Amino acid sequence: MPIIEVENLVKKFGHFVANDHLTFSVDEGEIYGFLGANGAGKTTAMKILCGLSSPTSGKVKVAGYDVYRQSEMIKKRIGYMSQRFSLFDDLSVWENFQFFGGIYGLTAAQIRQRTTELLGRLGLEGEKKQLLGSLPLGWKQKLAFSVAIIHKPSIVFLDEPTGGVDPITRRQFWEIIYETASQGITVFVTTHYMDEAEYCQRVSIMADGRIVALDTPSNLKAQYQVNNIEEVFLRIARN
Amino acid sequence: MKGFIIKEFYHIFRDVRSMLVLFGMPVIQVLLFGFALSTEVKNAPVAIIDHSNDQVTRAITTKLLSSGFFILSDQVPGEAHMEEVFRHGRVKEIIVFESDFAKKLEKDKQAGIQVIADASDPNTANLLVNYTSGIIYDYQQEYLKGFTIPVTVSAQSQMMYNPDLKSVFMFVPGVITILLMLITAMMTSISIAREKEMGTMEILLVSPMRPIQVIAGKVLPYVVLAFANALTILLLSYFVLGMPVKGSLVLLLAESMLFIIMALSLGIFISTVSKSQQMAMMLSMFALMLPTILLSGFIFPIENMPVPLQVISNVMPPRWFIIIVKSIMIKGLGFQYIWKETLIIAGMALFFIALSIKKFKIRLE
Amino acid sequence: MCFYFIGNTPPVSLPLVTENMPSNISIQVSGLARHFGNKTALNDVSFDVAKGELFGFIGPDGAGKTTLFRILTSLLLPDAGSATVEGLDVVKDYKKLREILGYMPGRFSLYQDLSVEENLRFFAGIFRTTPEANYDLVKDIYSQIEPFRKRKAGKLSGGMKQKLALSCALIHKPEVLVLDEPTTGVDAVSRIEFWEMLARLRSSGITIVVSTPYMDEASRCDRVALIQNGGIMSIDTPAAIRKNFGRALWAVKADDAYRLLADLRRFKAGRSAFPFGEYIHLVPDDERLKPAEIESYLQALGHSHISVRQIEPSIEDCFMEMMKDSE
Repeated sequence: MPIIEVENLVKKFGHFVANDHLTFSVDEGEIYGFLGANGAGKTTAMKILCGLSSPTSGKVKVAGYDVYRQSEMIKKRIGYMSQRFSLFDDLSVWENFQFFGGIYGLTAAQIRQRTTELLGRLGLEGEKKQLLGSLPLGWKQKLAFSVAIIHKPSIVFLDEPTGGVDPITRRQFWEIIYETASQGITVFVTTHYMDEAEYCQRVSIMADGRIVALDTPSNLKAQYQVNNIEEVFLRIARN
Repeated sequence: MKGFIIKEFYHIFRDVRSMLVLFGMPVIQVLLFGFALSTEVKNAPVAIIDHSNDQVTRAITTKLLSSGFFILSDQVPGEAHMEEVFRHGRVKEIIVFESDFAKKLEKDKQAGIQVIADASDPNTANLLVNYTSGIIYDYQQEYLKGFTIPVTVSAQSQMMYNPDLKSVFMFVPGVITILLMLITAMMTSISIAREKEMGTMEILLVSPMRPIQVIAGKVLPYVVLAFANALTILLLSYFVLGMPVKGSLVLLLAESMLFIIMALSLGIFISTVSKSQQMAMMLSMFALMLPTILLSGFIFPIENMPVPLQVISNVMPPRWFIIIVKSIMIKGLGFQYIWKETLIIAGMALFFIALSIKKFKIRLE
Repeated sequence: MCFYFIGNTPPVSLPLVTENMPSNISIQVSGLARHFGNKTALNDVSFDVAKGELFGFIGPDGAGKTTLFRILTSLLLPDAGSATVEGLDVVKDYKKLREILGYMPGRFSLYQDLSVEENLRFFAGIFRTTPEANYDLVKDIYSQIEPFRKRKAGKLSGGMKQKLALSCALIHKPEVLVLDEPTTGVDAVSRIEFWEMLARLRSSGITIVVSTPYMDEASRCDRVALIQNGGIMSIDTPAAIRKNFGRALWAVKADDAYRLLADLRRFKAGRSAFPFGEYIHLVPDDERLKPAEIESYLQALGHSHISVRQIEPSIEDCFMEMMKDSE
């Protein structure tokens, strides 16, 4: 069952067409990779899917809600994490969870239960009282991801979640993504690491505002007759 | 160096906010203070309780009401109900003549008038009482022509230099001061902090430019713009508000330049201690703007402040500059009367320049 | 280059960095340390960079790359140790040093409200030169963005910003170019183009020091230092680092990648297992482990379409192995 449905999405800024008739859907529990060169229109599309901006035309439904009329409902059903948006450095781990849990309207008991559960999964219960600023970057990214799913959203949007993270933590991060997806939370992710594209169930590649390729990584490699997604990406971007 | 200054002008001219602050603010401030926020009082409702109703009290009443500052309220309260009348705000001032006023004046050379003002708005009350006593003093002079008796009511010194009691004249010096402070100190501190925030400061530091060149390049455009602003305000107040410059214009501009340099060095100092534009903005707002407005004597007379604040106001550069501007513009005084204030500002400028050069880092820490 | 050996001619040594050839050294760093508060950013870092070398610092965010580069560019003072660039001490001779450096900080430090052209002219100006004077040096890079020279820098795409920032750092013809994470946040195509530009610059003889969190970019450098937690784990040519991996490495693939990973983690003869794209890289505890043993282990667990083959380690494999060692 698709949780994100996009049909002929167009977004224009003046004469500039940032998104040119995008059509795709994402299934519940899927890990969907959203790739494209800088300026290809990924960020614009992602903002629309998160209910932060309205499309110029086209049909867009997220978690069953219409982005034109029900963006407030969408915001309740999604989680968002990006490399740029991080948690508060001057609050402790626990205070961060409490704050963001509160934003999503969880009760004190729910927050306590979810925090224990999520920290337990990361093995960071011992760091509950630590100020976030004193933790290594890799831990912070994992905590930011946990906070993004504290309210058990239907979809979590990850905007370059592993940028600059060391190679081991990067892989641990993906293991957490897998685990999350296996619980039925849909993961919509962008990345500049092409090996990470291979961890997605399906990927789409954007260029000049359009989706140029959309399939499973292995089908894409077969279609372009190359060995990895990086080469697919280069083929597309260089044309 | 030239390229640096050109670039700085690009920054300013391409930023709508900067342009608004630079060119919109002076016009708006002058007009705002000149017209809308004028504390000049016109047609204040006044109640008169005349217990004698003789030719002298009637003459004084006529003189008061013909001044244009007052209109007679239809409220004639008994003395017991004064408070009530004030509370309803229908009357700003009550004047009470004692009984047998003319007789007493003739016999005892002294008669009593009670002036009661609604001091919930202290500035207005102050002005009204001043107007009233001024008018009574005038009358006294006329009435007693030829007699030699002790003067019982003394006029405020304010009226000596500003006989029309036009508040615009009191505000223009303050507005010039605020704007010069704002444009120079705040804008320079923000623009230097912006380079830090954007990371471009790193490149400037790693270039062969000396710190003094970097500072001069950032600051010179603002000197020019601030000076242009001072001129704009003077022109506006001269042509739109009819404010004269009684003293030397050259002296006034030279003093303004000195003040601009002082404000600039203060701005540089603020930027050396702030890491981001936001911090520079906050520091300028709270460390400069509020004290400039509140403690410089611009709005609240320094004499009326509690002693600790009076002491603090001594270190507020605007306090001294306002005195200078008033002296030159309103009183028409020359340099010999304001050298002390000039010296204070020059000293402050030197202090901040020295401090910022010492504080300006050649590295990132 | 050819060498002819006739008779007893002493052996000609390649221009390798050695103590007795100081003239060949561009950057010399020894025992460098720096902390911020109680956090150690750099801990006893030593290395040399030869003239004309393209030298890479590979490591994640927070490894100490930016601190190191800021010390090299005289923007920060070290707590201990010394560093010289072209014989100039980064502390004492900072004024002279700043004349010969080209520096591109982590974020593309351009004036967003100035146009492409104006940015270039300004940065040339602060080094007392003009874009025209050194145009041939930046021509290769700048010509790619020249069609947009009237556009504000803030409106450029990531790749174009990166090219403009590099042009600005090069415009005064520096002897040493220091690039802090020039490819971070830039898409794969722009990254490849950027490294091609660096390779061409390198051939013009300029010394280039560059940092990156992308392990796959290591192969583009003459030599690399793998850096983690403020310390250098290894310095060598990319080929030598790969050669020194010192263990066997197997790429394993099966239909259910997620379950495959979990099963390989539980594999008794396995030392580590990490996903690499569609494969999982398995480092066995014992060199002599045979592919058939891995296959039969997986078959017993019901995996299908199993493929196991021995591969050469990548820099990323080496980095992860060293991280494991240092733990």
